[in-house]
Amino acid sequence: MKGNEALAEAAIRAGADAYFGYPITPQSEVIEYLMRENPADRTGMQVLQAESEVAAINMIYGAAGCGKRAITSSSSPGVSLKMEGISYIAGAELPCVVVNVVRAGPGLGTIQPSQSDYFQAVKGGGHGDYKMIVLAPATVQESVDYVKLGFDLAFKYRNPVMILSDGIIGQMMEKVELFEQMPRSKEEYDWATVGKKPGKNSVFVTSLQLQSEEQEKVNLRLQAKYREIEKNEIRYETYMCDDAEYLFVAFGSCARITRKSMEMAREKGYKVGLIRPQTLYPFPEQVINEMGSRVKGVLTVEMNAGQMVEDVRLAVNGQCPVKHFGRFGGMIPSPDEILKALEQKIIGG
Amino acid sequence: MSENNMITPENLVYEKTKVMTDRVLHYCPGCGHGTAHRMLAEVIDELGIQGDTIGVAPVGCSVLAYYYFNVDMQEAAHGRAPAVATGIKRVLPEKYVFTYQGDGDLAAIGTAETIHACNRGENILIVFINNGIYGMTGGQMAPTTLPGMKSSTSPRGRDVATMGNPLKITELIAQLPGTYFVTRQSVHTPGNVRKTRRALKKALEYQKLNKGTCFVEIVANCPSGWKMTPVQSNKWMEEHMFPFYPLGDIKVPEK
Repeated sequence: MKGNEALAEAAIRAGADAYFGYPITPQSEVIEYLMRENPADRTGMQVLQAESEVAAINMIYGAAGCGKRAITSSSSPGVSLKMEGISYIAGAELPCVVVNVVRAGPGLGTIQPSQSDYFQAVKGGGHGDYKMIVLAPATVQESVDYVKLGFDLAFKYRNPVMILSDGIIGQMMEKVELFEQMPRSKEEYDWATVGKKPGKNSVFVTSLQLQSEEQEKVNLRLQAKYREIEKNEIRYETYMCDDAEYLFVAFGSCARITRKSMEMAREKGYKVGLIRPQTLYPFPEQVINEMGSRVKGVLTVEMNAGQMVEDVRLAVNGQCPVKHFGRFGGMIPSPDEILKALEQKIIGG
Repeated sequence: MSENNMITPENLVYEKTKVMTDRVLHYCPGCGHGTAHRMLAEVIDELGIQGDTIGVAPVGCSVLAYYYFNVDMQEAAHGRAPAVATGIKRVLPEKYVFTYQGDGDLAAIGTAETIHACNRGENILIVFINNGIYGMTGGQMAPTTLPGMKSSTSPRGRDVATMGNPLKITELIAQLPGTYFVTRQSVHTPGNVRKTRRALKKALEYQKLNKGTCFVEIVANCPSGWKMTPVQSNKWMEEHMFPFYPLGDIKVPEK
């Protein structure tokens, strides 16, 4: 299945109550698939093409505020527009899943794949101190599985979850195993607006606190939640790290290409390993720190000008050199040039 | 006879609706928001839909409306209330959903959300408080500020040549096939309060029919923003606002 279509099918199967979105290349197949499939008939899931990404994310806010499983998808310029709403969702502590099928920027950029929205996703692209849980699929299978995982985490922590995909994963076709249809949840949450219950206080969903003392309490509560997320939800994969003398760190589609470079390096006799963060926030800091103490150098490979490398440097904390190799503007690095970068920047460097 | 002895059921002529909470309103003396809140709350009470109503508060003076309405509510980002209400109504179609928005929220930053929600015919009630000024942020020019009207960002009066014309958004959205009932009212006299109440009640009754968006504009005063006493502001509203924003039904359901 095509990545975007598989993700759309996963949304239906994960028991989503609603999808609101606005078309943008390279992710328009998500809403096209949903409109074709008409999940209202299958599960009762509502699908609406909004007038803008701004409206779409605010529809998500409304549905999520009712305790419903709501998902939206877009690509980089559209996700910038959603950032206002995501900040409000984080502030009001509502659960939702936001998919970014990243294309290259800045500005209108190009419709070709990129990983240049790492900072925006991981550091909180909207205003205020907040974090999204960021899942980075490297395969169509993972982008399917992360829809389900994304809803689970979103509701566990009442926090927005971003699936940070890219144009490669969105557009490519791969074999995928779809999970069975899950029923739409009937659970009612005490924080959700579903109509005031007799004898109970009315519920309001808000991110507003006019008093600084109260807003600080909100911030402290959010920070405590983020520490909890950092403790429980780090996910990553390691490849051939046991005897590694050099280390690649790469995520998403770039990690697949880098894995090939790692195999080629091994054939040449270099003992190279690879860490692939599956959660970009929370970031697998500890394992990278430990590896940093054992290897001679680390190369991050990204389809951007060097974003995750900053978090890798913080994790390695000066124990060995950390360099970055990237292609950007929609260009995809080849295994050969990654290997060459390793030889030049790390092994020979 | 002491005052307490007078409080008996047989002496009761009027009581505060339970759809308003006991919180003290933060609105300025003489402001129309309190009456508008109360009319909407009374109608929700009268229709017996307190437990089936979900409101959306805007950004502006009524940002804290969820403290006062005793129904479940969501606080939206500036201008986004109709999109938030769309999200709510789409997942809970059997509930009554309303937004309560001011002129900056509804007719400036949220114009797209307003027009598209109305054009889709979302089965929601939009209550639009039009006082021609930004009250919350300190009296700046609104999209509905009258030509020549002074505000902190039009200190010499609104010059339409450079600042544009006031937007009659209610007439505009009445043109859209998605709207079912569009009316303009006020709450500055007992007679007008009663008319507003009737309009709000009709709008919520229509919501049950799933016929489209109902839109109730309430032209209101802003004594603080207009720098007038409440009495002066009501007179000024009659003399200046109503000729530009005439009261009455703009679109009524076909019989």
